[in-house]
Amino acid sequence: MKKEGKKKIWSEYQKEIADDKFYFVRSCIRQTFFPGSDTAYLKILRDVLGKDVYEDPNHTTCTGIAYHTEVVPFSTIQTVVARNFALMRENGYENYTPSCVTSFGIYSEILDTWHHFPEEKQRTRDYLRKATGREFEEPANLVHTSDVIYKFRNEIAAKAKYRLVNKETGEPLKVVDHIGCHYSKMFPSKGVGGAEYPQVLAGLVETFGGEVIDYPERRHCCGFGFRQYFVQANRGYSISASKKKFASMEPYKPDLIITNCPGCNYFMDRWQYALEEMEGKTYGANGEGIPVLSYEEVAGIVLGFDPWKMGLQMHQTDIEPLLKKIGVEYNPDDKYKGPNGEDLGLPKGLKFIKD
Amino acid sequence: MIDFGYTPMPITVHNMDKADLSLAKWLAERDETFNHCISCGSCAATCTAGKFTDFSFRELTHSIRRGEISKAFSESEKCMLCGKCILVCPRNVNTRNIVMLIRKANQIFKP
Ligand code: SF4
Ligand code: SF4
Repeated sequence: MKKEGKKKIWSEYQKEIADDKFYFVRSCIRQTFFPGSDTAYLKILRDVLGKDVYEDPNHTTCTGIAYHTEVVPFSTIQTVVARNFALMRENGYENYTPSCVTSFGIYSEILDTWHHFPEEKQRTRDYLRKATGREFEEPANLVHTSDVIYKFRNEIAAKAKYRLVNKETGEPLKVVDHIGCHYSKMFPSKGVGGAEYPQVLAGLVETFGGEVIDYPERRHCCGFGFRQYFVQANRGYSISASKKKFASMEPYKPDLIITNCPGCNYFMDRWQYALEEMEGKTYGANGEGIPVLSYEEVAGIVLGFDPWKMGLQMHQTDIEPLLKKIGVEYNPDDKYKGPNGEDLGLPKGLKFIKD
Repeated sequence: MIDFGYTPMPITVHNMDKADLSLAKWLAERDETFNHCISCGSCAATCTAGKFTDFSFRELTHSIRRGEISKAFSESEKCMLCGKCILVCPRNVNTRNIVMLIRKANQIFKP
């Protein structure tokens, strides 16, 4: 089939994304590795777009990582998810927005299971009632937080201070979009643009003025793959998958990798460092790495948020070359300052590929 | 250089526009179940020959379908034709017949 024809078919994969009143659910790893990304998301939604986003201190992780590594059984994860759904309704919300792609995949899988096997849903009801005395209802709308940013991309672009354009040359920045596998590979109808041509990040990049690169390994896994990484002996598989992607995108000279999954963000960022340490090889221009950012970090940059308040110094692959290309005004001296301006010192043992 | 206790593997890229699919085509013409394989590996998991050698029917057919045929003939010799894999294959691939055909092809596809 011709690529154009395929693109047309996938473009029919659209989904409903709620407009307001979001119940926000955190990711377990994202807030640990990139603590500013959730904050940036909430700031964009609340302060820039004026949306009602509720974050419940009682909600928990979806336990997806433990489920995918067979530590948590399916009945347990269903009950944990049902509890989060119960909390959402108790707080008067019905639009569920997980910030993690693994979680989004888990929620989609469980809702689909309940649809096909109502007895599983009934059993989950019984477990939840026995364990917590709670009742739950499914969300009216379940979307990933990147879908929400995608929906409001034009509003964000209208308020943007910067564009994804090289300030010196006026050329659009070349951007690699990497969609988490669990966003739409398992349930293509749950992703904007389906599994092969997801628009959720590409649409964002184009609206912000960048150019999306279509490279051979575009749909390849980031390398996380749960047990490829968690079992140390398997980590060679994980880093090999990432390396394959970097080598495939390298000839296109990307300025930025944008991801919508905390795991992808982490692995595409950290494995560049590890590959430099192992093989002395970097994949960006001038011996640098290719900066890796999440969708709301990119949205935060174009909106003119302070990069260090967004926690962009937590990325191991230095993002300063990108800030310079865009022409972002920032203070390099504030990079390692705490919230009250105190000097935190250089992180011990951290080595940027090229500073 | 830091030794993290694991290393990346060499990158393998298969350009299917240039792959030599002559053997795959020859086999499929003689036993169409060759094309039904989904590379699940059930055959390899149950294979007694594979318990004692590095033989894998899945790997063998997978390689042929990617145009890697240089080792196919010597690999096919490792099968002892017990037929256990036929019993477990979810796609009803006629595995033993395909092994026999690969051995036969060895006479024809001499370099
Ligand atoms: S027929 Fe060959 S491939 Fe199949 S199980 Fe027996 S030895 Fe293994
Ligand atoms: S069991 Fe059948 S489908 Fe699975 S890899 Fe073997 S031949 Fe292919």
